[in-house]
Amino acid sequence: MVEHRPLNDIIAYAILTLGVFIVAFPVYLAFIASTHDAATVVGGNMPLTPGSHTLDNYYRAIFVGGSRTSREPVGHMLMNSFISAIGIALGKIFISILSAYAVVYFRFPFRKTAFWIIFVTLMLPVEVRIYPTYKVVADLKMLDTYAGLIMPLIASATGTLLFRQFFMTIPEELLEASRIDGAGPFRFFWDTLLPLSVTTIAALFVIQFIYGWNQYLWPLLITTQDSMQTIVTGIKKMLYTTDELAEWQLAMATAILAMLPPVAVVVFMQRLFVRGLVETEK
Amino acid sequence: MEKSVVFNNKLLPYLLLVPQLIITLVFFYWPASQAVWQSFKREDAFGLTSEFVGFENYQSLFAQPEYYASMLTTLIFSSLVAALSLSIALLFATQADKNLKAAGAYKTMMIWPYAVAPAVAGVLWLFIFHPSLGTLARPLRWMNFDWNPLLNGNHAMILVVMAAVWKQISYNFLFFLAGLQSIPKSVLEAGAIDGAGPMRRFWTIVFPLLSPTTFFLLVVNIVYVFFDTFGIIDAVTGGGPAGATTTMVYKVYADGRLGGDLGGSAAQSVVLMVIVIALTAIQFKYVERKVQY
Repeated sequence: MVEHRPLNDIIAYAILTLGVFIVAFPVYLAFIASTHDAATVVGGNMPLTPGSHTLDNYYRAIFVGGSRTSREPVGHMLMNSFISAIGIALGKIFISILSAYAVVYFRFPFRKTAFWIIFVTLMLPVEVRIYPTYKVVADLKMLDTYAGLIMPLIASATGTLLFRQFFMTIPEELLEASRIDGAGPFRFFWDTLLPLSVTTIAALFVIQFIYGWNQYLWPLLITTQDSMQTIVTGIKKMLYTTDELAEWQLAMATAILAMLPPVAVVVFMQRLFVRGLVETEK
Repeated sequence: MEKSVVFNNKLLPYLLLVPQLIITLVFFYWPASQAVWQSFKREDAFGLTSEFVGFENYQSLFAQPEYYASMLTTLIFSSLVAALSLSIALLFATQADKNLKAAGAYKTMMIWPYAVAPAVAGVLWLFIFHPSLGTLARPLRWMNFDWNPLLNGNHAMILVVMAAVWKQISYNFLFFLAGLQSIPKSVLEAGAIDGAGPMRRFWTIVFPLLSPTTFFLLVVNIVYVFFDTFGIIDAVTGGGPAGATTTMVYKVYADGRLGGDLGGSAAQSVVLMVIVIALTAIQFKYVERKVQY
């Protein structure tokens, strides 16, 4: 950067340390809770250091199931979450990169209309129209299927908007040069636009995988069988049981398990994602 | 801004749009129009017959004090969450963007909670501030503060706002930081050579160049507050206590499911759609003019 002032650096470190602490604290506590037995957690005097019931809690959560009333092992929920999250991410990237390409690089009647038809969906997520969407999915016989979990959630403009914004920043000279070289729309898309879009695609994959993984209301509604349940919807069922005492230590172990895969995606994809966006720095 | 160089194909653009348009029509416009249609009808208790009742569902909706209460709750909730999470995230992002030795590690430590589900975030914060077993509820009790988000509406609101902001900071941070890092350092150096200090550079160079990111985030944040926080509210308070955290979206869900009043729920969906479409149109028109592409 431009100038270095020691005081400036100290303030920056202080603010960031505070930020990291705020951000990590709830998860740290959840982890601690997942290592103690039920009595220690519920007692209200849980220590801030790990306990000795880690393996027992995670074993019970993954293979036996959390709540006493509906024992659905978390292991199976994890797989459902994986399938629907990957389906949502890939499906959305596919449909939105194509439509953004059409809207930015072609002129045709109803182009603006098509863009607005898609754009409007950005503001009306599935939550607003849950019951009618539920009925459509039921009529299409897609309740308790992965297609039913995936398809309604990719009907949105976030990806299209992101690709559109990115395509707008690509210099026009690239297209001129490609056309002089005789490239048609397919060649230009495949040889020029797609390689340039790798980081945008990676960024969108990260967002959409997590969006899919973290879905709550929709899976809650359309999965009537416990075997199709995702892990995020499973946690609440552990806390609000018909029994008096919720097993917080198992719910917290499940929360940790529910966080791990998407957090791993963010950490793993982060380098690729940031690298593309920082190229101006070099 | 529009591209001046484009392809001239007549059919291809439509083919490219087909997948998204089909999915959008089947899973978005069809159900959305069903919601509009349903809002003018009333079903009997068994869902066997339904009759056209005109604006009756809307009339009874706007006669409900609870409905106005949920509007106010939504307004308070969304202003608090959007304002807090955007400004806190921008603060952290500008600090991390400085050339600190540990900036990379900081980035990673700030970004990952972005991946936590709203419902899970809600459960985490409920655990911390649970009146009987929460770790941070204990000091409040020692101070003789009668903290109870399960019974007190304001406490419940504070708790869901905290969970919602906590969850959203990392998302905003991620995009602000990416935006900050894409600003060419030469521009900032030029500003510094001209004698502009850090604050002046921020407001005259960084902030305007950041506006596409801010625009994107503003749209995403409003959607987030309106809809994605459903998971937090359902997991933490279930809309309670006594409706204190029942947002408009939560009411659509609760009335349709627990009350079984599909017509009334559909009418609420339609009102929500109108509000949000108007909001988007205004925001898109107004903000895009100021955005530096």
